[in-house]
Amino acid sequence: MNKRYNKIIKNIKTNILKLTYKAKSSHIGSSLSIVEILVAIYFYSKKKMDRFILSKGHASLALYCTLFEKKIISLNTLNSYGTNKTKLMGHVSHKVKGVEFSTGSLGHGLPIAVGKALKFKIKKEKNKVFVVISDGELNEGTTWEALMFAVHHKLDNLNIILDNNRIQSMGYSKEIIDLNPLKRKFFAFGCRVIEVNGHDISKISKALNIKNKNKPKIIIANTIKGRGISFMENNNLWHYKSPNFNELNLALREIKKKYA
Amino acid sequence: MRKIFIKELTKISNKRKNIYLMINDLGYNVIEPFKKKFPKRFFNSGVSEQNMMGMAAGLSSEKNHVFVYSIANFPTFRCAEQIRNDIDYHNLPVTIVAVGSGLGYGHLGYTHHALQDYALMRIFPNMLILSPGNNNELVQSLDFIIKNPQPSYLRLDKDENKETKIIKQRIFPGKMIKLINGNSKKIILTTGSVQKIAIKLLNKKYKGYSLFSMPIWGNKTKMNVKNLIKKYQEIITIEDHFYDGGFGSWLQETINNTSIKTKITLH
Repeated sequence: MNKRYNKIIKNIKTNILKLTYKAKSSHIGSSLSIVEILVAIYFYSKKKMDRFILSKGHASLALYCTLFEKKIISLNTLNSYGTNKTKLMGHVSHKVKGVEFSTGSLGHGLPIAVGKALKFKIKKEKNKVFVVISDGELNEGTTWEALMFAVHHKLDNLNIILDNNRIQSMGYSKEIIDLNPLKRKFFAFGCRVIEVNGHDISKISKALNIKNKNKPKIIIANTIKGRGISFMENNNLWHYKSPNFNELNLALREIKKKYA
Repeated sequence: MRKIFIKELTKISNKRKNIYLMINDLGYNVIEPFKKKFPKRFFNSGVSEQNMMGMAAGLSSEKNHVFVYSIANFPTFRCAEQIRNDIDYHNLPVTIVAVGSGLGYGHLGYTHHALQDYALMRIFPNMLILSPGNNNELVQSLDFIIKNPQPSYLRLDKDENKETKIIKQRIFPGKMIKLINGNSKKIILTTGSVQKIAIKLLNKKYKGYSLFSMPIWGNKTKMNVKNLIKKYQEIITIEDHFYDGGFGSWLQETINNTSIKTKITLH
């Protein structure tokens, strides 16, 4: 499945691992869960005039490494991650070329995306707005406030992708604030809802490119936190931990094999 | 000042097509002229201040100047983080308009008293505070912010001021407008709608002092103001805000660690 995308995914995941190891930084699990989503957006959906906001700003490495693959940021810039004078903050920063908005506090990205979509809609401009939100972020009231507004104003140029990895900072979402029935909630709010395997690039791209009318679109992308590395998958420890040398090598070997 | 603000904004928006107005479900019998004239540039976010402020950031990031109109603490404390991260950090042209400065909505209770808002707004590095003391200053402040779009906080008196004569003069951050000529070394300096109180105090306690108003100030203005005030021996500040984090303490901070010996007393 998705063989033709393997090289890009392998490169991005390899860089995420190496940089997390080097910088001893966190949020590797959250970064690994959205790689395929970002590839689908950046390589197969987003045109130059479109906008992208990563509302789950803590998955910054996934975006920085994607921007590197798109040749938007240089290798030097990428490798500066974790050093003292870097612009590549642990939560995405608009001071980095290609990053359109700084985020990091949850629940901010969707209102901003709605503001942008509103402008394009009233001006009858064709630009689309893509925004990736996390499932933990659904605890935030602003996410639902923004959703109500977007539905009321029929913002069909708004594409929300939910990284539904079902784990948030302190554990499984269903044990913290159970979000179910998730799909029905979005239906009830008046969104166009599409559920896909969040690691299947062709399915995500297809969902992104579906033409939508009079409603914002939300794609529930079912993902696995730490996707691609057996000992990181679905393990909340990797929300915080960076790999040691042995773990890095083990992980790199797995990535090489899985995305050969 | 509310109605004059809307009247002026509507007038300006005729020419400036990138001006938008957002409200959080308030402003009945005030905002209608703008809404009527520019229905596509007017949005009611509903009762959701945080979302409104985030949306204003998004909308302004697409080359627009967004005015967010609300009351007292709703467009400040309720959405402080959206102002910090989304507007001020990105240096976006959003003008936050809060009606009911000080105890303007006194009878509505503590939730509606705006007595701590300067303290919050003046710690944001890019935020400019516009605190007009009369209609004249309001029109001039608005003119300044339209010509120099940036993160800004426009604090308005709830009551309409009857004075209608508008004198054209250029104002800018840190500009001290002379209202009453008097002693050249000892002055009263106000910001916001406290000019009537200042005149009373001048006649009672500070006879012969000059009276000035400073409608535009903020974090970035400190450097300029330091040089402006050093020629005065004594400055009495008057504001409708707590001492802590207010205008007077801002003025005192400007001369901290300098050789300037101006005595500043807060009211």
